[in-house]
Amino acid sequence: MSAASDVGYNAQRQARWHYGEIAFWLIVLSCGFLFPSRYLIMTDILRLALFTMSLDLILGYAGIVSLGHAAFFGVGAYAAGLLALHGIINEPVLALIAAGLAAMVLGFATSFLVIRGVDLTRLMVTLGIALLLEALAERFSNITGGTDGLQGIEMQPIFGQIPFDMFGKAGFFYSLAVLFLLFLFARRVVHSPFGLSLRAIKNNPLRAAAIGIPVNRRLIAVYTLAAFYAGIAGALFTQTTAIASLDVFAFERSADLMLVLVIGGTGYLYGGLIGAVVFRLLQELFSTITPQYWQFWIGLVLVVIVLVGRQRLHRWVLYVPNLILRMVAGRKAVVAVPEGDA
Amino acid sequence: MTAILTNLFDGVAYGMLLFVLACGLAVTLGLMNFVNLAHGAFAMAGGYVCMVLVNRMGWPFFAALPLAFVSSAAIGIALERTLYHHLYARSHLDQVLFTIGLTFMSVAAVDYIQGSSRVFINLPAALQGQFDLFGVGIGRYRLMIIVICGLLTIALQLVLAKTRFGSRLRAAVDDPRAASGLGINVPQVFALTFAFGCGLAGLGGALSAEILGLDPYFPLKFMIYFLIVVTVGGSSSITGPFLASLLLGIGDVAGKYYVPKMGPFVIYTIMIVILIWRPNGLFGRTAAR
Repeated sequence: MSAASDVGYNAQRQARWHYGEIAFWLIVLSCGFLFPSRYLIMTDILRLALFTMSLDLILGYAGIVSLGHAAFFGVGAYAAGLLALHGIINEPVLALIAAGLAAMVLGFATSFLVIRGVDLTRLMVTLGIALLLEALAERFSNITGGTDGLQGIEMQPIFGQIPFDMFGKAGFFYSLAVLFLLFLFARRVVHSPFGLSLRAIKNNPLRAAAIGIPVNRRLIAVYTLAAFYAGIAGALFTQTTAIASLDVFAFERSADLMLVLVIGGTGYLYGGLIGAVVFRLLQELFSTITPQYWQFWIGLVLVVIVLVGRQRLHRWVLYVPNLILRMVAGRKAVVAVPEGDA
Repeated sequence: MTAILTNLFDGVAYGMLLFVLACGLAVTLGLMNFVNLAHGAFAMAGGYVCMVLVNRMGWPFFAALPLAFVSSAAIGIALERTLYHHLYARSHLDQVLFTIGLTFMSVAAVDYIQGSSRVFINLPAALQGQFDLFGVGIGRYRLMIIVICGLLTIALQLVLAKTRFGSRLRAAVDDPRAASGLGINVPQVFALTFAFGCGLAGLGGALSAEILGLDPYFPLKFMIYFLIVVTVGGSSSITGPFLASLLLGIGDVAGKYYVPKMGPFVIYTIMIVILIWRPNGLFGRTAAR
């Protein structure tokens, strides 16, 4: 077998659906039926998962460290809120897409700023953009409602058929459908030649450029796509909670997002999904122990994760599953270990 | 005219303060290429130490200031030896995560110990109020800040340029490998400088309680300002961050005075533009490693 066909074979094998993945989504779906009293927090987790997936696209796959990803979340949230509030687009799905596109435009415009410079400059520019938008939203309080946020948003039924109920059932399945569709698309993207070229760029931009990958154009493309995803996540936030306030742009949101992704693991799409579940559970746990000071424990988790080492931690977590796999199937474990540092 | 001069004066005081707060960060970034987002936490620690000493234990303000420096430096060197030095070789992402974690912990811890409201340090009567100089209103406290920070800046410049330690530090900044090859103990130089930078931040934190406001969210609120100073100024010398702090201070005060509605908008825009125009900072000379 020649090297080229070998690469193609491996790439295709990676891209194939595994039984584990199907089981994962079935479990997620069944959660919707098993815990009918927990729709609100489960919707929250789905939203966070989508948002994290968006960060994973640029951080885990393309290696862009962003401290201001909340900017796109916020634009999506406000766009969806304004569209619904002023009745411009009443149908939630269309409004969702419109809000995503709004964030995407911003992502495209700012991607040119982000691809310039090294890590530190990127950190500063992304952080600066998020802060800038927060300042803008506060400044134009006649449009955004200022610190009170957008209030009195009435969501119309989805497709004109399914109304949002107060228990959040419709919201949950709506979010789940959106997440799943976008996940399918992201999965397709990261396993495509485009996605493989992103990994090449992440590992070594210079070498990637040398073998003919248009580095900057790829980074712009994936940044724009990630902005779209984050915008959708923000729009879902507004649509399912019927509120949009200034804190959608907050630095804490971007920082928490990094923690979520790091808990789940960067560089594979399930990282965001798993991280979102673990993060929310941790947050619930911490806020029952010390309601006011849960941030301390979140910080501690971050510090411990970094000190222990992310890869080592993931090896520990995967140790038991891999052991079982080895004993049952009698073969070398195939559970994906996420890639190394960004 | 006098309003402009008063604003300029306030801006200079603000900028000097920012410089003392942020110059430790410039060294951390420049010397070890370490992204320390928790720098504000050291400043906050100094501020709270000063507050407790002055308000609760009745120390004179000027006696508490050196203690703020010492305590922040002590915390700094303890953390550097136990935690930070493990992370020098790690990726920027790990450094960012780690220091954000530290910041969150410090915010919650101070909130727990001291409460979440803004605290004030009781100032001696000699520092309150203002006087007129040729019609320009000069705040006594701000004048003191300019004097202290000005002296500190000159001292720093002299230490860097004239002393043996300064030349070791500069050598280590320029090329850590060659410097250690020449027998310079680079980790030790860095640990000392880190502690000194933290101490300066602590002193800055104590001085800034009156002007910037001191509450548990201080590290998060002013993180961006410290980073602006360092990234815009470049981390290859001490003059870069100094000029950047002055620009930022004057710009921020003037912006808040003349276009109050735009708020921090002006500062962020200027920062982004400068970073696009010169990714290594206005006064940076080497590419970031």
